[in-house]
Amino acid sequence: MSRAALLVLADGRFPAGGHAHSGGAEAAVKAGRITDAATLEEFCRGRLHTAGLVAGALAAAAALGADPGELDAAADARTPSPALRTAARRLGRQLLRAARSTWPSSELDALAREFPKGAHQPVVLGLAARAAGLGPEDAAHCAAYESVSGPATATVRLLSLDPFDATGALARLAPELDRVADRAVAAARRVRAEGADALPAASGPLLEVGAEWHAAWPVRLFAS
Amino acid sequence: MHLGHTHDGPAAVSADARRPDGTRRALRVGLGGPVGSGKTATVAALCRALRAELSLAVVTNDIYTREDAEFLLREAVLPPERISAVETGACPHTAIRDDISANLEAVEDLEDTVGPLDLILVESGGDNLTATFSKGLVDAQIFVIDVAGGDDIPRKGGPGVTTADLLVVNKTDLAPYVGSDLARMSADAREQRAGLPVVFQSLRGGDGVADVAAWVRGRLAAWTA
Ligand SMILES: Nc1nc2c(ncn2[C@@H]2O[C@H](COP(=O)(O)OP(=O)(O)OP(=O)(O)O)[C@@H](O)[C@H]2O)c(=O)[nH]1
Ligand SMILES: [Mg+2]
Repeated sequence: MSRAALLVLADGRFPAGGHAHSGGAEAAVKAGRITDAATLEEFCRGRLHTAGLVAGALAAAAALGADPGELDAAADARTPSPALRTAARRLGRQLLRAARSTWPSSELDALAREFPKGAHQPVVLGLAARAAGLGPEDAAHCAAYESVSGPATATVRLLSLDPFDATGALARLAPELDRVADRAVAAARRVRAEGADALPAASGPLLEVGAEWHAAWPVRLFAS
Repeated sequence: MHLGHTHDGPAAVSADARRPDGTRRALRVGLGGPVGSGKTATVAALCRALRAELSLAVVTNDIYTREDAEFLLREAVLPPERISAVETGACPHTAIRDDISANLEAVEDLEDTVGPLDLILVESGGDNLTATFSKGLVDAQIFVIDVAGGDDIPRKGGPGVTTADLLVVNKTDLAPYVGSDLARMSADAREQRAGLPVVFQSLRGGDGVADVAAWVRGRLAAWTA
């Protein structure tokens, strides 16, 4: 395991398309649910324990070598909103491109052949971690961290929030994020024996509803 | 769609000149420049000038709307399936330079669905003087400024003005009304650009986009040679 490879994969500047997505923050801002640093932190906490946990478990399972097709179907089943499924596949395709170029691997090439229009992003993330020589804990941490870092940076742009406050919120979530990643990895380790049903299926209904609402806006800053 | 291809390799990663099936991909030309300088108008005029002789498509990168794509659709410069809009999360320069993945997907999808294509024009949303396209995304780039944005812009330089393969100074028809000194703009631009070409144009008269269209034809001839 290389700690430096984890930094490369987890870098917010890793060119995989995330900058154009708000992780539901744009809809939550418009709905008045995120108004300042405190409400941003609550939003991120909710996202971490729902979408973040599921993404972490999917990524960890992929990093452990579970069948990507089965994991992709499991991700579909855990994502009620069609808009979110589309966004997850689009981001997965973009990440796959970046990962194949960064860590060439026959497993990533095979995934590109099986899903030319993209697999769910956490599944690709787990396989990218694997290609980078990283383990399931790394993959789960990356996925869980992305579930909160995306909304935080987007909110800085949307509300002109003080960037130090947004980063402080992320830092306060860090201990919880470690525990979520641990739970994600524990679930992922059961997939080999029990199949993808062992993965968590937590979801935030407002995230799903908000994504559908957001996708219909004619004017918006972020793609999701 | 990929289904019709006989290759068994996965899709290309970045700027590869060949598509997975071995054919040459389209030439990709980026158009960047400050807000309102005439990028979309130049794209529209280029489509009208070239569509009879070339197979064309356009990708737009709007900041927060689909205005540019919708303008091109309204003007019917190309059939709708040849125009694709990328969402940039409030940062067009990121989408054309630092993280080009969404734009690469857009150009590849256009080639898959309406190809084969000779030329894809990629318009950046209006941005600042440092916004340039990645070489992983486009083969050549045009930087569009206008005479009304201040006649000191060529002198100020910046990566767009100094390094773009073609600098277009647009809206020359407005020069008398805004007091811009075209001779000075021309001299400053030439000084900044070390021999790279500069075109002065007005899309409201004269030869319109003819010089830029000729430059694009030249690039295409070099690409397919
Ligand atoms: N007078 C004059 N107006 C022009 C010319 N070219 C474009 N315009 C006008 O300038 C305005 C802006 O043109 P666009 O083509 O939308 O500019 P743009 O660079 O695409 O703008 P953004 O995408 O918003 O950055 C429009 O009202 C055009 O009709 C020109 O040569 N002369
Ligand atoms: Mg425009």
